[in-house]
Amino acid sequence: MIQQDLTEPLRERIAGACADKTPVSIRGGNSKSFYGHPCEGESVDVSQHTGVLEYEPSELVIQARAGTALTDIEKLLDQHRQMLAFDPPHFSPKGTLGGAVATGLAGPGRPFTGSVRDSILGVGLINGRGEILNFGGQVMKNVAGYDVSRLMAGALGTLGLLTDVSLKVLPKPASVYTLQQLCSQQDAILRFSEWMAKPLPLSAACWFDDHLYLRLSGTETGIRQAQHQLGDKLLEQAPDWWTSIRDHRHDFFQRQSPLWRLSVPPATPPLAIHGEWLIDWAGGQRWLSSAESAETVRRITASVGGHATLFRNGDQTTDVFHPLPAPLFSLHRRLKQALDPKGILNPGRMYKGL
Amino acid sequence: MDETADIADRDGFLAGLGLPAHCILSEDSELRPYECDGLSAYHQVPWLVLLPETVQQVQSILGYCHQQKVPLVARGAGTGLSGGALPLANGVLLSLARFNSILDIDLANRLARVQPGVRNLAISQTVAQHGLYYAPDPSSQIACSIGGNVAENAGGVHCLKYGLTVHNIAALKIVCMDGELLNIGSHALDSAGYDLLALMTGSEGLLGVIVEVTVRLLPVPETAQVLLAAFDSVETAGHAVAEIISAGILPAGLEMMDSLAIRAAEDFVHAGYPDDAAAILLCELDGTRAEVEALISEVQELLTGMGARDVRLAQDDQERQKFWAGRKAAFPAVGRISPDYYCMDGTIPRRHLGKVLSTIRQWSSEYDLPVANVFHAGDGNLHPLILYDANKPGELERTEEFGGRILELCISVGGTITGEHGVGMEKINQMCVQFNEDELRQFHAIKKAFDPHGLLNPGKAIPTLARCAEFGRMHVHGGELPFPELERF
Repeated sequence: MIQQDLTEPLRERIAGACADKTPVSIRGGNSKSFYGHPCEGESVDVSQHTGVLEYEPSELVIQARAGTALTDIEKLLDQHRQMLAFDPPHFSPKGTLGGAVATGLAGPGRPFTGSVRDSILGVGLINGRGEILNFGGQVMKNVAGYDVSRLMAGALGTLGLLTDVSLKVLPKPASVYTLQQLCSQQDAILRFSEWMAKPLPLSAACWFDDHLYLRLSGTETGIRQAQHQLGDKLLEQAPDWWTSIRDHRHDFFQRQSPLWRLSVPPATPPLAIHGEWLIDWAGGQRWLSSAESAETVRRITASVGGHATLFRNGDQTTDVFHPLPAPLFSLHRRLKQALDPKGILNPGRMYKGL
Repeated sequence: MDETADIADRDGFLAGLGLPAHCILSEDSELRPYECDGLSAYHQVPWLVLLPETVQQVQSILGYCHQQKVPLVARGAGTGLSGGALPLANGVLLSLARFNSILDIDLANRLARVQPGVRNLAISQTVAQHGLYYAPDPSSQIACSIGGNVAENAGGVHCLKYGLTVHNIAALKIVCMDGELLNIGSHALDSAGYDLLALMTGSEGLLGVIVEVTVRLLPVPETAQVLLAAFDSVETAGHAVAEIISAGILPAGLEMMDSLAIRAAEDFVHAGYPDDAAAILLCELDGTRAEVEALISEVQELLTGMGARDVRLAQDDQERQKFWAGRKAAFPAVGRISPDYYCMDGTIPRRHLGKVLSTIRQWSSEYDLPVANVFHAGDGNLHPLILYDANKPGELERTEEFGGRILELCISVGGTITGEHGVGMEKINQMCVQFNEDELRQFHAIKKAFDPHGLLNPGKAIPTLARCAEFGRMHVHGGELPFPELERF
């Protein structure tokens, strides 16, 4: 793994852009460049700013520069039988830590081991004024100052250029089993809700094409006991199922229709939107491949208390992210102004005017 | 403070506000109980106490204060340990005590929608019949309220495995200083836009007033078992903690106490602690029966291998509660052996435990003030309790100086001045050491996005640059003297 500190040149780039009021488009490994709106501006490449700064397996903490490849981090953690809790998707082998945090995307383990922001302990960032700032730290508990670190997760680089990130990591479970059984969408959602309320060693729960899929993680004996509790209709399934879902390599994700990501309260019954469904996060994250209008998808999703993201294959005119109520959007703009007063960091990537 | 209103005309203010009389406290005898929170070293009788009953009333109070430029401090149960709810002589103290209802329990999604004045423990008690609970358990959980928990990002003894408040809430309703009501977060696992839920959590009442909280509920583990291990030195106990975590075990709770804390707790609640040990570790494992059984014997072996001279497994739930009772009563137990104590809240990377504790011991003899140490060992959160007597002239000042040095020591080893109690009034000076000028300016800019006139909980949590210059011990960045443009005095 190459160690290279480009903090100062990156700071100079942003400070220069701030002085000239010219927008920049922040890039890592380009593995998620399709996500969000295309934004104007000269590209600032963070992918060469790499290296692990600190890793203490006995404290479950890793700190690395934002350009470090996720695969490099995961390889290192794996040597100590540890892992990233948020199970980040790899849409290409080049995905970086900074990109994972900026997009805030998490894999099938999300409802069980937490989101990207749940893992964040601290960040180093360059704000829109070209200032190097550090928030949080390398400790589990830290309530000094506003939680600017976790605010960065999912902000798509619109509030700051991440230079380094400190994360809480988790021990890898001793054993992992994947099971599947025939089940309708409606029944799967009911069962997920019922199982989630019980102390079972679940670590993923998904539904697709009239089958439910479960992942159990823990000690061998604990898993056997849980399997017994769940019933004998569950059959073993190859564990690469989860990576094909996480990394969108499964056939479902290769369709040409717009791909929507619906985030809803997990127990929400099947939604009446025409299209193909793949349900993850024990009901909480629903992938929809559908030609229905954005208006229809968003109206129905909002009516159950969720939000809809046009993840892939959208046209350029539709908002990628669910529109916010006016007072909330106005707060977003003031917050953007507080961190990036000239509006130079990834303008428009998330919302127009942000 | 120059932006704030003329405070003399309280009656005029109340007339303009139009709140029912039973929601107003203005007599000196009514105001005095609100003069401090859990940090009684700081007190100030408030100008006015308001006890609204509806969200609409909170909106009109904030809107009116905004218009009149009157500052406002929100208060929950008043159990905070950093003076975050310390009132103002020229401002409103807004008590959320009457917002004490559990509004809805959504069993299918494992969520509880509650008002901010609901007690932490009451949530778990209410949902226990469904096999669910709310995980964060600060030691004040029988009294502290959920709104305050969110404002402080409260922790507890189970944070290593189950996280802090920020990891266990789904949504908030907040009233902004201009009276606007905002919905933050959602009942889904995430929401569109910036993660304002994270930003609000732990913001110590400086960004908005919380009027509703939706918390996540977890299934009660099938079983929990606790081990008590005695050590001849705190360093060895610290190494044992590292060994447990390195072995891939994530205990539900992992607590350490040093000899003074052990003896105080043992005298107080007779928890069965070995009172001649230099340190004890409490290690709780939870999960399914099969899992816990396997892990308990693994941890027992590890502890013995790391030099524990005695390892005991609580034989039943009663003994488990007894082991915990000693730890949970550690603060009041220390209160029995000293007229006063000062509780610190630094967090350190655990590998520096030995160095930090030996430095504290050395300073303890220099200042001639005993220290009992209680430590959330799993997550590095240290609570040194400095024993002092406020009636002895100069002793409080010496204690505060000693405490300040402990916090700066935590920063110097890569830790933080506060793990779970918040900055409030108490640690405001040390914020100047932890953060540099640009970072503090960034905090102020964020504050301004929510509260342009600086009316919400002024003077707490984030110090002004002028205050840092006055304090004199500041973050030195790249060898340059910070705040060069400000006068020194």
